[in-house]
Amino acid sequence: MKADVITKLVKEIIADIDKCTGCRACEMACSAFHAKPRYSSINPARSRIRVVTDEINDEYVPVRAGNFTRTECDGRHFYQLHGKQYSECSFCRAACPSRDFFIEPDSGLPLKCDMCEDEPPLAEPLCVTVCQPGCLTYEVRQLETEVDEIEEREAMERGLAALVKQHGIEVVVDKLKRLPKRQ
Amino acid sequence: MKYAETGFSLEVDLSLGRTEKVESDPRDTALYLGGQGIAAKILFERVPPDTDPFSPDNLLIFSAGLLVGTPAPGANRTVVNTFSPQTNLMSHSLFGGFFGAELKFAGYDRIIIRGKAPDLVYLYIHNDQVEIRDATHLRGKGTTETQDLLKKELKDQRVQVAAIGLAGESRVYMASIDHNHASASRGVGVIMGDKRLKAIVVRGTRDLNVARPAEMFELARALHKKMGEGDGNGDWMAVDEDDSFHHNHFAWGNARTRRKNFWSDELQERWTKWKYDHMDRQTGCFNCPKKCRNVINWPGRPRFGYKCFGKDTYHMAAFLELDFTYEILGVAQEYGLDSYSTPQVIAFALELLEAGILSDKDFPEMPADSRGRFFYLLEKIVRREGIGDVLADSVSHAAKRIGNGAEAYDHNTTKKFEQLPIKLGKLNPAYFLMIATGEKMSITQIEGSFPQDPLPTQEEREAFVSKWEAPPDEKFKQYFLNWKKRDDISDQATCEIVDWNEAMHYIDDATGLCGFVSSFRGQFGGGVAYHMNNIPQMVSHATGMDLDKERLWKTFQRIRTLVRAVNVRRGLRRKDERPPEDHWAVRNEQYEQELLSKYYEFKGWNSEGIPSRQTLEALDLAYVAEDLERRGILTADAGVAVREPAAAVK
Repeated sequence: MKADVITKLVKEIIADIDKCTGCRACEMACSAFHAKPRYSSINPARSRIRVVTDEINDEYVPVRAGNFTRTECDGRHFYQLHGKQYSECSFCRAACPSRDFFIEPDSGLPLKCDMCEDEPPLAEPLCVTVCQPGCLTYEVRQLETEVDEIEEREAMERGLAALVKQHGIEVVVDKLKRLPKRQ
Repeated sequence: MKYAETGFSLEVDLSLGRTEKVESDPRDTALYLGGQGIAAKILFERVPPDTDPFSPDNLLIFSAGLLVGTPAPGANRTVVNTFSPQTNLMSHSLFGGFFGAELKFAGYDRIIIRGKAPDLVYLYIHNDQVEIRDATHLRGKGTTETQDLLKKELKDQRVQVAAIGLAGESRVYMASIDHNHASASRGVGVIMGDKRLKAIVVRGTRDLNVARPAEMFELARALHKKMGEGDGNGDWMAVDEDDSFHHNHFAWGNARTRRKNFWSDELQERWTKWKYDHMDRQTGCFNCPKKCRNVINWPGRPRFGYKCFGKDTYHMAAFLELDFTYEILGVAQEYGLDSYSTPQVIAFALELLEAGILSDKDFPEMPADSRGRFFYLLEKIVRREGIGDVLADSVSHAAKRIGNGAEAYDHNTTKKFEQLPIKLGKLNPAYFLMIATGEKMSITQIEGSFPQDPLPTQEEREAFVSKWEAPPDEKFKQYFLNWKKRDDISDQATCEIVDWNEAMHYIDDATGLCGFVSSFRGQFGGGVAYHMNNIPQMVSHATGMDLDKERLWKTFQRIRTLVRAVNVRRGLRRKDERPPEDHWAVRNEQYEQELLSKYYEFKGWNSEGIPSRQTLEALDLAYVAEDLERRGILTADAGVAVREPAAAVK
C-alpha cells in the first residue's frame, strides 16, 4: 500500500548557552504571561522555563518544562563540554521529584511549556521574544513525513483495547455512540 | 491586595534568636516608596543618635527596592543601610543580582536585623520558614565559596545568598557583602560581621502582584527593548576596551600621581587580549538585558566577576597593569573587600613606609615588589594581623592611630571615607557641591544625569538636546545649550543641576533601579532608559498609586531631607562638607563657601546644613523637626533658612 505524505510543523526553541547572561528575563516573562489575569503577577517558581545557574562553574542553561515524571533517574550522566562539567540534570526538561523545578508551588502539580499557544497564540514564545542576549531563538520547520495506514490502525486498536480494559466494553461502546457526529 | 511591594518586613533579633514577620504601614510606601527611603525612616525612629555602630542596637537593613521583582527591567537593587563605624554616619550601599527579587518572592520587602549572635550564624528564609542557623562551619570561607557551600548543603541551586568573607568576619571597615559577583561596599560588611551574620539565604515561591498588568507589561517591554538595543544604557566599560579616560586622568598610587600619557594602542591590544583570553562570559542582573559584569577565570585564582572602574583600582594603586588586577581581584572578592577603598588603604600604608612614618619593623617579611606587597597587606588586613589591624580601620582612622604625621597622608577622604582618586586643576562648581554634600560617600552615588562636560559646538549641543528625554524641566536643556565652558555657569543653574543629579539617585535607591539604566548613566550620551518623565508612570502602574513628576520630586526631597536629618542628629555639620583639599589644584575658599551657602538655602537648609522647620513641615517631616528641636539641634537662631525647599520641577 502506498503511504500518504503529510506535512508536520516542528517547533523548536534553540538555546545557545554561550550567549546566556543569566538575567532570567525569560522566567519573568513566562510567569507573567501565564498569570491570571495575564501579566498580573511575577513568580519565577511558576515559570515553565528555568535558567539552571551555577556561577562557580560558569554554567547558565535555560531549560523549558517538559514532561512530568513520577520518579527520579537511577543514575546521572555528567557531560564534559569545553572543559566544564555539566550534570545531565542541567539539560533535563522533566518535572521530577529530585528538584522543585516545574512544580506549581501552590498545588504541587507539574508545569509544562505550552509554547505560549494560548488563545490567541503569540507569534513566538514570549521567553524568546524577551531574550535580548540572543540565547533563545525560535524556529518552525516543515517536516514531510509518510503516514503508514496499517501502523495507524494498529495504534488505534491498541488504544481501544486499553480503554476497554480500563472501562469495560459497554462503557466504551456507549461513549462511542454518543460522540458528536462530524461530517 | 498589595502591589509591587509585599507589605511585610522580616524582623530578626540575633541576640534573642527571634524572627518575626511584621506588616508594614502603607503610609510609609506612599511617603518614602521603599528601599533606602523607608530604611532611613526606620533608622531615624529606631536607632538613637548616640548608638555606637558596633552596638547590638545598631540595625542592619536589607531592602528590595519598590520596583524590584516587577516586570520593570533593571529594577534589581538590594539596598543595605546601617550606621558605619568609619564615618559614624548612615551607610548606604547597593548590590545587584537576584537577591532582592527573591526576597520579594519570599514575601518580604526588607529584612531588619538587630542584636548580635553569640557565634557565627546564617539566616535561612524560605517563604514563611525563617531560621537562624549555625554557620561556624563556614568560618573563614570566601564569599562565593560560602554561596556555593550553602547551595550544596541545602541541595538547592535556586536559593540566593548574600555573604561576607573573612574581611567582614574580622570587622574590616572596607568589608563588603557579596552576592552573585555583585557586592555592597561602603561600610556595610563590617556591621554584618559584627553581628556575626555570615550569610543570608533566601528562597521565595510567592507571587508578586502589579496593579495595572497590561499597561505595566507594555511599558516594561518597551524599556527592556530600548535598553537592550541601544548603547545609552549599561556599563560601556564592559564593551569599550579604550580605558584611557581613567588611566590618563585618575591618580595612581595613594591618589597621587597622574600619568597623562599612560594609555597606548599597544597596551590596549595587550589588555584586550588578557580580558578575552580569560573571560568566560558577561552576565547581567535580574530581568536586565545589559551584561555589565565580566566573569574572569584567571589561572590559579577563584573565578570572579567585576564591572566598571573595579577593574582598574588595584593596578592603579600598585602602579602595575591589568594582569595584576585580574590576579588579585578574585582573591580580594573572596575575602569580601571593597575594591574601591581597599587599594587606597594599601597604597596609603606603602606611602607611609616610604616616608619613614612606618618602618620595615611594621612590615615583617614583606616582599620588595609592589605585587607581593599588595598581596602581603591584603592578607594582613583581612586577618587584622600586625599593621593590618590598624589599616583595617580605613585610611582616616589608621592615620590617627599611627600618628607621627600620618594624618597628612590621609589626603583623599571626605567625611572619613576614601574618595575616587581624582586630582584635577580647576574647580568644577557642580562637582564641588556634589562631593561636599553627598551623604553616600562616593561621587558615583550623586553625579549622573547632567553631562559632565559641555559639547564644543552649538550644532552638537542642539543635536544632543533634540533627543534628550530625561530632563525633568525644559530649563535643563537651556542650561546645556548655553553651556560652553565647564566652570562658566550660574550658581543657580549649578544648584539645580546638582539637585537633579541627586534626585535621580534617591529615586533609584528607593525603587531599586540600577544606576546604569537610570541615575548614573544619563550623563554619558543622554539616552538613558529611566528618568523623571517615565518613572512616575512605571511606579503608578506597578503600585496603583497615582504618582506624577511633581509628587515623585517631592518624595525625593522628603527622603533626601530625612537622610540629612539622620546624619545631622549624629553630628554632621557644615565643617564636614569639604572635598579633599587637593581634589583641585586651584581653589577659592570664599567662592566655595558662598556656593555652599547658596546650595543649603536652595535645599531649604540652614547655614549649618540642617533642614529648617519650614522645610521639614513642607515635606511631611514635622516629626523630624520636633525631634531636632527637642535635642537642641534645630533652634530659632540656628540659621536663616525659613523658605520651603526650592521646587526644581514645576
